[in-house]
Amino acid sequence: MQRRQFNKALAGAAALAAFPGLVRAQSQKLKVGVILPRSGYLGFIGQSCQKGADLAPGVIKEMLGVDIELMNADFESNVDTARTRAERLIQEGANVLVGPFDSGAAAAIAQVAEQRGVPLVINIAAAPQITEQGYKFVFRNFQTAGDIVRNGLDLIGDLFRATNTVPRTAVYMHVNDTFGQAMTKGIQAMLPMRTQLPFKIVDTIGYDPAAKDLTVEVSKAKAANADFLLLVCRLNDAIILRREMVKQRWNPMGIVSPGSPGMYEEQYFKTLGKLSEYSISNVPWYNPRAKLTQVVEKAFKKQNPKDNLVFHGLNAGFTFEACLIAADAFKRARSIDPKTLADAIRQTNITEKMMLGGPIKFNAKGQVEGIGSACVQNLHLLPTVVLPASAATAKPVFPAPYYKKT
Amino acid sequence: MGFDLVANVIIAGVLTGLVYGLMALGLSVIFGVVRVVNFAHGEMMTLAMYAATVLFAAFNLDPFLAMIPVAAAFFVLGYALQAGLINPFVTRPEHSQFMLLVAVAIILVNAMLMIFGPDARNVQVDYQLESFEIGRILVDKARLYSALAAIIASFALFVFFRFTLTGKAIRACADNYLGAKVVGLNVKRYYALTFGIGAACVAVAGCAMVLLVDVTPPLGPAYTLLAFVIVIVGGLGSMGGALLGGVLIGVSEALAGLFITPSAKGMFSFGLLILVLLFRPQGLLGRRS
Repeated sequence: MQRRQFNKALAGAAALAAFPGLVRAQSQKLKVGVILPRSGYLGFIGQSCQKGADLAPGVIKEMLGVDIELMNADFESNVDTARTRAERLIQEGANVLVGPFDSGAAAAIAQVAEQRGVPLVINIAAAPQITEQGYKFVFRNFQTAGDIVRNGLDLIGDLFRATNTVPRTAVYMHVNDTFGQAMTKGIQAMLPMRTQLPFKIVDTIGYDPAAKDLTVEVSKAKAANADFLLLVCRLNDAIILRREMVKQRWNPMGIVSPGSPGMYEEQYFKTLGKLSEYSISNVPWYNPRAKLTQVVEKAFKKQNPKDNLVFHGLNAGFTFEACLIAADAFKRARSIDPKTLADAIRQTNITEKMMLGGPIKFNAKGQVEGIGSACVQNLHLLPTVVLPASAATAKPVFPAPYYKKT
Repeated sequence: MGFDLVANVIIAGVLTGLVYGLMALGLSVIFGVVRVVNFAHGEMMTLAMYAATVLFAAFNLDPFLAMIPVAAAFFVLGYALQAGLINPFVTRPEHSQFMLLVAVAIILVNAMLMIFGPDARNVQVDYQLESFEIGRILVDKARLYSALAAIIASFALFVFFRFTLTGKAIRACADNYLGAKVVGLNVKRYYALTFGIGAACVAVAGCAMVLLVDVTPPLGPAYTLLAFVIVIVGGLGSMGGALLGGVLIGVSEALAGLFITPSAKGMFSFGLLILVLLFRPQGLLGRRS
């Protein structure tokens, strides 16, 4: 070896010793533990979220030039399983966790993440308390139940104005789980303050999220003789409920969700066909005009040739963004050290995003603020944005055509 | 609260309860004769529900017609299960029998997950969303037909055990194992026949249930538990008790949902179970041992 070659090698070795994190980050992959309910009663939605995670390695490599490796885990729609799966992902070397769609599971995984000091980026879970615990490793890029309800109720007001309707009464039905209860608290707190909304809730009916039969619940709701159904649901129960409404010949002005999954999911359309029409969900939604959406849509089509992003936009979009947040932090931190990664996530400022709303920035509690919602109505067997007018691709239909005042 | 609302809910509870009763009848028959508690009962029903959805998807076969081939296939399956797997365990300690059937249940759930995936499946027949209107009372057609099927199947089972020679022989095996052997009955064969009949019973219940409920693999354990609650309330080993227990559970759940809160429906089945265990441990129509 010549003297110059030796000096170069020495300089390189010195750089390695001085900046080990840099070398590690460049040579290592970020291991992202994706934990979702891919089976059980939330299975469809979990699988829909998984499609967003599956896009992440390819799209992120092109966008940011960093490698991420997914470690997938199914928590079977069971909170206890979520906790053990999270533990196992961390044991197996996950540098960051992404998931889990469900608030109950998110609360359980957040405890594990905090105890083990591994960052958790929540894709979808709305219970406010998750980011109210003073956790240092828990981050959420999704609206809290309060935000969902606030935006959802405001959009209901917009819906009535846009359709010149004045419903006076609503019957409120909700899944009786962590998410449903958080939404109920939000509605009970905010509805009385929204004087522009003309309706009163005449009955509140909670039901088991894994219910197999909703005969009694629908009988009770029908007996309330309300103008419309305000619904906080999941997917399977929304399908059962819609069928039961037809069996019991209950035709209110419409079914309006102030912000819950279920009625815009592909399975809702597949299972119910025409019966899925006119259901309305006011939910955080993706911006079809955003550059990133177009990139994601292209990759989605390539990976899922038989699928349409519109049915997975919310689930896949937020899950993809959660992976993006982790990868972006990894790129800036140049390290897989959990604490360094968590600090980098805290400094996130992503402006090129897919979902509606402002940039992805976490507040001191680890919560992104300013995520937008849209009024999405099922029209021609597709979830279609009908409000706000700036993002709408069709006009809202309310009351639903089958409605007849008795 | 209007009369029509209460009447609608009670009718729905009775009709659903009859299907529950038929499901539990299979469990009761198997226990009454073989003295083995089938911990894979709900899983077998879930399998029958899947069989009905497969036959519907492949041949557009109405679940009520599918009852015949599915029941026949389940009879064979039940017979083979008892003859090949359970018979050697009949004289072993109860915990061995318990573990065996729990293992069968776990294998069934996981096999269904592997074959059918976690997605909910159903059948879409023309009458599924229709109802009969009697004044202000609406009776769900699918539920009514399912309940009628449950009554017919239960009646056929009753006639079989009461009036046929094979039925009498099975009852003899149940009443006195040693006596039945002494008079020359092939007890193990009758045990296998009984398990086959219980499995066929649960197959009919599964075909009826698939019209009321979407099927997923995790339904199995929930139905096993429900079947246990029903037979304990009605009386383990009593055919009439199983039907009565099913109806009581169906109606009590429906009324609890109506008058208290729908979220508490399940709680009332277990409340009823505790009351029965406290005041009539042999079940409502069960005999003291």
